[in-house]
Amino acid sequence: MSDAKRGLSFYLLAGFFGLFVLFLYGPTITILVLSFQGPEGGLTFPMNGVSTHWFRNLFEQQAVGDFGGSFRRSIALALVVMMATVLFSLLAGFAFRRRFRGSDALFYLAVASLIVPSILVSLGIGLLFNILGLEPTWYGSALGAHLTWTLPFGLLIVFAIFNRFNPAYEEAARDLGASPWQTVRHVVLPILLPSLIGVGMSGFTLSYDEFARTLMTAGSFNTLPLEIYGMTTNVTTPVLYALGSLTTLFSFTMIGLCLLAVVGLRRRRLRQSLRAA
Amino acid sequence: MTVTATQATPGHVPSGQTQPGGGAVHARRWRRVAPYLQAAPLAVTLILFLLIPILTILVVSFWDYDSVRVIPDFVLTNYAELLTSPVTWKTYLNTVKFAALTWAITLVIGFAVAYFLAFHIRSTSWQMVLFLVCTIPFWTSNIIRMISWIPFLGRNGLLNSTLIAAGVIDQPLEFLLFSDFSVVLAYVHLNALFMVVPIFNSMMRIDRALVEAARDAGAAGWQVVWNVILPLSKPGIAIGSIFVVTLVMGDFITVRLMSGGQSASIGLMIANEISLLQYPAAAANAVILLAVVLLMVAAMLRVVDIRKEL
Repeated sequence: MSDAKRGLSFYLLAGFFGLFVLFLYGPTITILVLSFQGPEGGLTFPMNGVSTHWFRNLFEQQAVGDFGGSFRRSIALALVVMMATVLFSLLAGFAFRRRFRGSDALFYLAVASLIVPSILVSLGIGLLFNILGLEPTWYGSALGAHLTWTLPFGLLIVFAIFNRFNPAYEEAARDLGASPWQTVRHVVLPILLPSLIGVGMSGFTLSYDEFARTLMTAGSFNTLPLEIYGMTTNVTTPVLYALGSLTTLFSFTMIGLCLLAVVGLRRRRLRQSLRAA
Repeated sequence: MTVTATQATPGHVPSGQTQPGGGAVHARRWRRVAPYLQAAPLAVTLILFLLIPILTILVVSFWDYDSVRVIPDFVLTNYAELLTSPVTWKTYLNTVKFAALTWAITLVIGFAVAYFLAFHIRSTSWQMVLFLVCTIPFWTSNIIRMISWIPFLGRNGLLNSTLIAAGVIDQPLEFLLFSDFSVVLAYVHLNALFMVVPIFNSMMRIDRALVEAARDAGAAGWQVVWNVILPLSKPGIAIGSIFVVTLVMGDFITVRLMSGGQSASIGLMIANEISLLQYPAAAANAVILLAVVLLMVAAMLRVVDIRKEL
């Protein structure tokens, strides 16, 4: 395994890995290509010319539902979910560093939140709002539903971060006279920042793409995944692929920005520590 | 948090000095209540949007309904109708079949991919890059990823036309799309990552000296994998299995989109009951599904203590 020479098993596994990556990305690339289908082209190959017709079609309101509105709602919701996920799971992460009454129960509740099928969350919140006579809204009930999915992920990531966190830094800060808040603000948070960007990204993208938990909780206005789902049943033109390509591109951009931010922070820290040395 | 923290150090106590008595009492009290305040947002959110909704489902599952409304009551008819219907049992069987197939396939893929990344890629930066390559699709829309298979698997899709052009088949293969095959394919496509990540995580913690020792003791490559790496990867395998199995058991959207209405799952059955406004029936179905899923998870948790694995 750590031989200098690559064995046969390496090439077999490398081939398998390559196929796996192709399996992951192949279909997405297919619809990316097909979204540039000519105006007369259909849902499958061959390409009938090349055009941006279907992208333009997407922005004509009457053609495909309320694409713009649902996109804006999804982004606004994802941003709120992202901020709440970072804040709540970070705070809870601090809490779990000490034992407190009910900590086990809360931990298992968070794990249960991952395990409970999404449709139950959707149904439960929908029924609850119904019984209470409340109107489900994308910024109310759907927000809560999304948080039941993003918070446990955020919490698990924060746990992983704190497990690798060296408490000596905090002790050093305390010994130098920093107050608890100063320790958190100037020592703990800067160290955790790159990982917190990861928590934020997971919160944003999980919410932005969530379908099942939004189904019964969004109320009268659709989020983008609901809109896309509606399109799958009544749209039979490549405009569906154009939308798919755009939202995938959007997700990739968000992930790319987060990765760049993390790499940038690491670089800066490295430079600072070199300068300090 | 800010407020109480500054309370703990009234008037900016200079460094190194002992705090006056009042401050120390404040600090001690703060340390006692802090975890509760810090955990409160998470706890409140989960109680409001997970615990109470599930209790609501449980209550509504005993309610009565007719074609126009839901009637608060205490009846067992929802459960009786559900459990005596052969459709329910067939649907459960079908859902478990999907879960078992997806689990077996993602396990093989997850283990192979994680093993390759953890033990065959030597540079840490390459490891990170390849790991990210595997992870990124997970952060994009599931529905779009499902739709992406249509031009590939369809009657006139890429695969069929390639096979026909190559002379392998004369007629397009019909089973590729809108079938159990495409459902399982989509499940594997969407969920393989949930297996790769925890297994990779477990493998990265295996002490490389153990592998060396096994090799020095004369173990062949496959023996090292089977007797050393596989047992030590069990926690990751268990966590991955929990994810994959629960996701497939509760799914309805994949079955609906990829089977073209030819196949059923429990989640889809619940979704259909919801769209027919038969909420108590959907609720009873959901309670049973939750019980089944929790039993499966409890069985898998016997293999691993997840709290130790974080």
